[in-house]
Amino acid sequence: MTQTVSEDTQVEDVESFRRRARAWLAENMLRLPPEPQHSVRRVEYFADADDRQARHRVLQRQLFDGGFAGITFPREYGGLGLSAAHQRAFTEESVVYEMPGLFNIPTFSICGATLLEFGTEEQKRRHILGMLRGDALWIQFLSEPTGGSDLAGLLTSAVRDGDEWVLNGSKIWSTGAFHADWALCLARTNWDVPKHRGLTMFIMEVHQPGVEIHRIKMVNGSMEFCQEFFTDLRIPHSDVLGEVDDGWQVATRLLFHERNAVGGGSTFVSGRDNVQGAGPDDYLLRLVDVSGRLDDPVARDLLGEAHTLKVVEAQIVDRISRAMRTGVMNENAASILRLYRGVMSTRLSTISLDIAGRGAAAWTDDDAAIGDVGMRFVSRQTSCIGGGTTEMARNSISERVLGMPREQTGDRDIPFKQVRRNA
Amino acid sequence: MELELSPDQEVFQDSTRRFLEAECPMTRVRELAEHPDGFERDWWQRGAALGWTALLVPEEQGGGSISGRGLIDLTLVADQFGRHVAPGPLVATNVVAAALAQSGTPEQQVELLPGIVAGEIVATWCDGCTVDRVGDGFVVRGAAAPVEAGAQADWLLVTGDDIQVLVPATASGVQATPLHSLDLVRRFATVRFDDVEVPASAAVARDSVERQLDVALVIQVAEMVGAADRVFAFTLEWAFDRYSFGRPLASYQELKHRFADMKMWLEACHATAAAAANAVEDEAPDAAELASVAKAYVGDFGMELMQDCVQMHGGIGLTYDHDLHVFLRRATQNRALFGSPAWHRQRLAGYLEEAV
Repeated sequence: MTQTVSEDTQVEDVESFRRRARAWLAENMLRLPPEPQHSVRRVEYFADADDRQARHRVLQRQLFDGGFAGITFPREYGGLGLSAAHQRAFTEESVVYEMPGLFNIPTFSICGATLLEFGTEEQKRRHILGMLRGDALWIQFLSEPTGGSDLAGLLTSAVRDGDEWVLNGSKIWSTGAFHADWALCLARTNWDVPKHRGLTMFIMEVHQPGVEIHRIKMVNGSMEFCQEFFTDLRIPHSDVLGEVDDGWQVATRLLFHERNAVGGGSTFVSGRDNVQGAGPDDYLLRLVDVSGRLDDPVARDLLGEAHTLKVVEAQIVDRISRAMRTGVMNENAASILRLYRGVMSTRLSTISLDIAGRGAAAWTDDDAAIGDVGMRFVSRQTSCIGGGTTEMARNSISERVLGMPREQTGDRDIPFKQVRRNA
Repeated sequence: MELELSPDQEVFQDSTRRFLEAECPMTRVRELAEHPDGFERDWWQRGAALGWTALLVPEEQGGGSISGRGLIDLTLVADQFGRHVAPGPLVATNVVAAALAQSGTPEQQVELLPGIVAGEIVATWCDGCTVDRVGDGFVVRGAAAPVEAGAQADWLLVTGDDIQVLVPATASGVQATPLHSLDLVRRFATVRFDDVEVPASAAVARDSVERQLDVALVIQVAEMVGAADRVFAFTLEWAFDRYSFGRPLASYQELKHRFADMKMWLEACHATAAAAANAVEDEAPDAAELASVAKAYVGDFGMELMQDCVQMHGGIGLTYDHDLHVFLRRATQNRALFGSPAWHRQRLAGYLEEAV
């Protein structure tokens, strides 16, 4: 640890921090309007993603100026250097306020966490503050069109040219690349060694010559996912994160942070993130109410089931996070949380659909919230695919938590250029 | 259950583990299946000497806990009971002990608690009867079933609409008829009360009835999770050792993925059981809610886990000689008692509505 604690720094206790946060939030942030009785609200608050990201940058800057940004980030890079308990207290207090949730994943909890681990002093000083001030949204350039789960089999190439690297290839499934500022990009720098040993992680500016971004329309109409095309994109050597050809180690930690964030276990997440299908605490109760089924034991059973799954999620996140922190479990246990959330979210989506009944099939503008239930069900599997599929999580749990035999592969210990692959 | 135990709790749990390993291996559980009571009194007293029945009773009444949080300590015992499918009226006796410690009169506490703590008195819990005030005392009528250790108990705590009363099993008009029981060693009975008269001094305030249910749920859920954990462990071992088509079962991706699901369920079961135990121990405002969450979750997914373990074993897992069913019987019985998962989901819906 390089972190030093100066003499005059006294750590504020959690309750005092909570009280200060409560007062500050009430004074400075917009309180979300209470739900009108007998209604459910739509999950999306913004007409489009551009409005949302612009608003979230402003909100993040407000948090920063108010001294409540980067609660668990080290002080020397602009954070508060406080504990996970302080972060939890702030999140609890902030639930009823409009928060810049867009920054949580991947900017803080995945890219920020990885930068803290592998960045040089200069890289950390240059980039962490920008995140916390709301100036820079980050994304990951990992997956490629030729394969999602087999990340180490990626084909984007980076060739050294003096003090620069020249990248060619394509990335996909980056969320909101069009409004992001910086990215962590994994590329192949050596084709003569087995796949895991020839990768390098780069820090790159998203908008620059040589990068072309296409937006992808998803089934629910969302245009947030993107595909990028790199043509002779030039990146300075000083933007290599970690060591050349050692990018898999960086990626492994990045994926850990991703699983942890997607599973709800990250300490860098500030404010509540939206779980697909979960909604606010009483969302399903309202859905039962507006569907006129408060006296229907079937609907009440579904309501009880949904509540059980959500309460147990918080309990298992707490347990596994604690177990990883104390070393009782290794960090692959984050896959258990990723799997739980994926399975829970799909079930909650189905439960919502069953509660909404025929309202989810056709609706007026006035019951758009019930109509959303059907739309969200159509894209239900998002929660089991995005952030690493639940199948990969099951591989990780069985092989790396339970120690069961690894799957057979056709590319182990073979120079990557000889491995059979998709064109 | 709890991720971290204090050194004292470790020693405490280890004493029960070693006692059950030595005194109550599966061969003994199978022998006791033929025993009319399912357990022996002197054995129960030796177990009680390890603290099994003392944890919910304050020190000044002859009990005492290990950590100062008796219900948490009791879940350590219940976990071991689940892992060994141990005999003995663990739930019934502790629930009555807790009820008397909280709501009993000083006379009742002096008369019964030392005997319960020592394992000399077996007490159990009956509901579904009527308790009417007649003259200076009470009259109990009706039948309760299934009552744990109903035919073995020395004392019965009967819950009426607005009062609980303590009835000695020897009272005139009390008749216990043994029932068939799914568990090999845990006995149940129908207890009939034919105009059973008890004095006014038998009354126990009814203020702790909801807590009695929550305590029972915490104990039974801890038992179920202990059983599921043990079954998962030996089934995982089996997957490594069992070969088909020249490969261990553990190498098949289909089976690996099912073990991954089971591991997730198991960790979730541990997490929710521990959360419920802590909430009930602390008498937190959401204690009843979290007890229902735990029962709803473990009752569904803990059981699914155990059934999947049977599937992993194939036909041998359905034989009487294999131990799987012994665990499955205990867990299934617990699932069915003190509210099914569906019953608890309805209870939760009610809490959600109240919270608005």
